[in-house]
Amino acid sequence: MSGHSTYEPKTGFERWLDVRLPIVRLGYDSFVDYPTPRNLNYWWTFGGILSLCLGVQIISGIVLAMHYTPSAGAAFASVEHIMRDVNYGWLLRYMHANGASMFFIAVYIHMLRGVYYGSYKAPREVLWILGCVIYLLMMATAFMGYVLPWGQMSFWGATVITNLFSALPVVGQAITTWLWGGFAVDSATLNRFFSLHYLLPFMIAGVVVLHVWALHVVGQNNPTGIDPKSKADTLPFTPYATVKDGFAMSLFLILFAVFIFFMPNAMGHPDNYIPANPMVTPPHIVPEWYFLPFYAILRAIPDKLMGVLAMFGAIACIFALPWLDTSKVKSMRYRPQAKLYFFIFLVACVVLGFCGARLPDDQVIPGLKTLSVMDSDLNSFVWLSRISTAYYFGYFLLVMPLLGLFEKPLPTPETISSPVLGGDKKD
Amino acid sequence: MASTAADAAPHPAGDDPSRRDFIHIAAITAAAGGGIAAVWPFVAQMNPSADTLALASVEYDLTKVEAGQQVTINWRGKPLFIRNRTAGQIAAAVKDDSASMKDPQTDEARHKPGKAEWLVLIGSCTHLGCVPTVGGGEYGGWFCPCHGSVYDTSGRIRKGPAPLNLAVPDYAFLSDTKVKIG
Repeated sequence: MSGHSTYEPKTGFERWLDVRLPIVRLGYDSFVDYPTPRNLNYWWTFGGILSLCLGVQIISGIVLAMHYTPSAGAAFASVEHIMRDVNYGWLLRYMHANGASMFFIAVYIHMLRGVYYGSYKAPREVLWILGCVIYLLMMATAFMGYVLPWGQMSFWGATVITNLFSALPVVGQAITTWLWGGFAVDSATLNRFFSLHYLLPFMIAGVVVLHVWALHVVGQNNPTGIDPKSKADTLPFTPYATVKDGFAMSLFLILFAVFIFFMPNAMGHPDNYIPANPMVTPPHIVPEWYFLPFYAILRAIPDKLMGVLAMFGAIACIFALPWLDTSKVKSMRYRPQAKLYFFIFLVACVVLGFCGARLPDDQVIPGLKTLSVMDSDLNSFVWLSRISTAYYFGYFLLVMPLLGLFEKPLPTPETISSPVLGGDKKD
Repeated sequence: MASTAADAAPHPAGDDPSRRDFIHIAAITAAAGGGIAAVWPFVAQMNPSADTLALASVEYDLTKVEAGQQVTINWRGKPLFIRNRTAGQIAAAVKDDSASMKDPQTDEARHKPGKAEWLVLIGSCTHLGCVPTVGGGEYGGWFCPCHGSVYDTSGRIRKGPAPLNLAVPDYAFLSDTKVKIG
């Protein structure tokens, strides 16, 4: 925590507890008196929204586990039992299934906010890495959760993703068999995924504690990327941040409710309402939307091992970001060129997501036949994903390191408060 | 306890550096060995259990497969293709024996001697394990719907991301009309 504690126990019980376990003091210093930069905008409310998402997923998940049967023979039927027979089962399941999507919407906004405002730069590297670990755990949890209903997409998604490890030379096949507990995805696989799906959210909660701890050591970044210099630059967490976070959460919950009550299956796939069949692959298998960009990167590379390495490399780039970016200026508000490349990156990610949902050989512009390069027509989604993949890696490995050396950033204000309260020399 | 031994030894017994080192190394080794021994069962339980490993081999009556037809049966939880190839499909496969391929193999090497019409293959794409669709792709063999791998009528990979030909399992002809797989 920054600075000394201003907490003063008011009741006799608080004074008694404070010298034995200063937990009320910890809460007061972290969430009441904690100084936050006065210029935080609504992009900074997604941290709070994410803790809400984690809470919703854990509570709804624990309840669903009371009605679910993790076995290849009974899993699909038990999910239908939840949907049709369990009191409010439909609501709990739709909360949990759509909650995963809402969680990823929030985490992607949270991460992109971090990239735009340079929140990963010194001294926030560990904070950023911890966030990346949370993201990785979220992906593992979401993947295993999607397997549990044991529909066709569950089964074939599990088959494709676990087979990624078979690309590793020498040990690949042994690792895959070890993950499956058999010679194919089967009951043993489903059971262990259920066990781990229950465990991982609590590991996420643990890393969230470290993430918040690291945040409170270094303090929050802000839209200017300049550290607070005086009391005029900050406001206490309560009521300012709590109320702003609470308002953003309310809006977010409205969107969440729209999905649950009006379009609960919009982000799912109808094939997952067909029971898993190891003998038949659906004609078109796709992962959940939040994995589509990585899936497109995997398919963009015509070699199995290289495709898998590129996919994991795409995530590794996010981890390495604090050391890839050479610019001293944190916020892109003062980096016009960086802003341009950032928005192209955003478009590339969306395009990758779009490509991941289509068949590789489908035409981007219908009816147009062009040159065939590397076995595929240039007017195909596989080529569009290749171009976007190139930009994705180019952004991290070329733009980030080089732009910091060559760009000319705009002048930054002296302090956070000076543009607002006047007295800024630059204007 | 050092009072009597101290006269003979250059150091009091407890301070003898080599004796200390020995105790440290022995203790750390025992703890590490014990740690690994304790972790081992937790890792090994993930591997296929005895009943999974004991899955019996399957026998199949080939008279049920018409010329040009393929049946898919379940073997060790995976699909197994048994395809009765037509003369045209065999000829197409043999003709391409010397074509450039990722995983070069002759058609001869992919079926039992004298049984060119019978192709027995594990029906998992060697890319990421989807079940390829029979008759799909430009070679008339198989087409994998997941990532677009194309196999010819011998089950050899011709195009797409898969690195290897469709695997041929261990199998034997028990009679002219019966095969045993596994």
